[in-house]
Amino acid sequence: MSSRDQNFKNFWRDFSVNKIAVFALFVFLSILFVAIFAPLVSPTDPYDLNSVSIMNSRMPPMSEDFAGNIYFLGTDGAGRDMLSAIFYGLRVSLGVGVLSGIFALIIGSIFGISAAFFRGKYETIIMRIVDIQLSFPSILVALIILAAFGKGVEKTIIALILVQWAYYARTARASALVEINKEYIDSARCLAFSNTRIMFKHILPNCLAPLIVVGTLQTAHAISLEATLSFLGLGLPITEPSLGLLIGNGFEYMYSGDFWISIFPGIALLITVASINLVGDHLRDMFNPRLQ
Amino acid sequence: MLEYILKRFGQSFLVLFIMSVLVFVGVNLVGDPVEMLINPEADQAEVERVIRDLGLDKPVSEQYWYFLTNALKGDLGSSFIYNEPALKLILQRMPATLELALFSLFISLIIAIPLGIYAGYKPDSKASKTIMAGSILGFSMPTFWVGIIFIMFFAVYLGWLPSTGRGEIGSFLGIESSLFTLNGLSHVFLPALNLALFKISSVIRLTRAGTREIILQDYITFARAKGISEKRIVLVHILKNILIPIVTVIGLEFGSLIAFSTVTETVFAWPGMGKLIIDSIYNLDRPVIVAYLMIIVTFFVFLNLAVDILYTFLDPRVRLKGINQ
Repeated sequence: MSSRDQNFKNFWRDFSVNKIAVFALFVFLSILFVAIFAPLVSPTDPYDLNSVSIMNSRMPPMSEDFAGNIYFLGTDGAGRDMLSAIFYGLRVSLGVGVLSGIFALIIGSIFGISAAFFRGKYETIIMRIVDIQLSFPSILVALIILAAFGKGVEKTIIALILVQWAYYARTARASALVEINKEYIDSARCLAFSNTRIMFKHILPNCLAPLIVVGTLQTAHAISLEATLSFLGLGLPITEPSLGLLIGNGFEYMYSGDFWISIFPGIALLITVASINLVGDHLRDMFNPRLQ
Repeated sequence: MLEYILKRFGQSFLVLFIMSVLVFVGVNLVGDPVEMLINPEADQAEVERVIRDLGLDKPVSEQYWYFLTNALKGDLGSSFIYNEPALKLILQRMPATLELALFSLFISLIIAIPLGIYAGYKPDSKASKTIMAGSILGFSMPTFWVGIIFIMFFAVYLGWLPSTGRGEIGSFLGIESSLFTLNGLSHVFLPALNLALFKISSVIRLTRAGTREIILQDYITFARAKGISEKRIVLVHILKNILIPIVTVIGLEFGSLIAFSTVTETVFAWPGMGKLIIDSIYNLDRPVIVAYLMIIVTFFVFLNLAVDILYTFLDPRVRLKGINQ
């Protein structure tokens, strides 16, 4: 058995101690599957104008149209099947959340690790910027960026990256500072490896555990924040209907009692964010040396 | 010490300056407010007159200089939509936002502190596990969606509480607020509870962690050995010690309540400054957007400054670090 298999086995043994976290991981993987294969698993294509009829608008859950199609979660104001709209919405929400998380992770790690590596003025400046940014609530940072530059897919992703990178930078620096004093870095230096090689081939892999924990929790936060911004009409445009936009669409029908248009996308969002949070929470406990 | 404080002041003003440039330049890149304001049938002369009146014909750098010198005099420009000074518009709506944030802070504390102490006092009980699971759920719930559910359930379905707007305003000791009338309270309750949800979760976690630490301290063991009742240990020994970290965090969290109130105010049509900024973004009302962002950034910068300076008095380690740098 290779050492990678062994590592994975050890990891799984520790992870599976917490049954709730295992269940949450299963739920999240199912959601991910649905999001990736949305066009295949959705009963209808909610954005195909030929199959959507305004005649079917605002039908309650489990109702049937004249053609015999059943709408398990009802239809929205334009006659779209809610279940399919949610599947497609998950795709957009997860896509934006994960993409921004990955970019923020890369940017944050580069700044964090290089700050720990080079020290001096460079480190002071980077960490000051991080401190200042973290003293503002995330929604305010996103609001400033989107109010200043307008809405759109790229702008939302940029806003989410800018909101998150500082968390990664702080975590990466903290763990890199510990690693840098270890002997293997000294020996790498003796071998005259380039700084880039030491930072990203030697230090980075050993900082991954805390970064992954921050990554899961931050991704959950980013998905939630994107939904909020899109609901407010500042995030994604209507051409990219994320869960936040679906909830916002249902908001106008709320007073007429058509609860399903807002409630179901919200439940989907809640389950997604909660499952990621539960997995992240358990990972944090696992990697926390004080609790071992 | 003085050097550190002066340094922090300098840094705060630098942040303010950078933010003002970013916000102003950024907002000036968005859309075209002239199009929104002018009758589509207006002729070229009319369009030019409006552009000149709004100062939009000048280069951005000149517009910024004009904005900065006026801002220092307290004039942040006039709203394109309301035709009133932007600062006045925001200050008019500030009391509504502050009372919402204060009331929701109050709700979150009276709910979260007892639950957090209980969860820390008996960490292995079923109830504690439920409380902690609930706090993860509270973290995960999107605030705006919970607000919608509140409106559907309490306002539309049960019809108990009003769902939009601010109620009657009463006056008490010269302070005018809707918290002083019954009608006002009924209006503020749902939005405040909604805004409080996220805070409840974080204060529960904070209180629980604090309680678990304190309960292991020698003075608790000593108090027990002296035969003091458990009730008194919880209410006096634990509660008092736990309040110190909580109060510091709350000072900072109050700022984030004000930032997050933009969402709650939009859902509940609460006439505060958060709703004003969202409406202004829709309408491309640039002076109001810039003024709001500048006011809130200033507020945060000084809130952080105050907390940092307070820390130097409370914790000598911070002071020494500041001098060494």
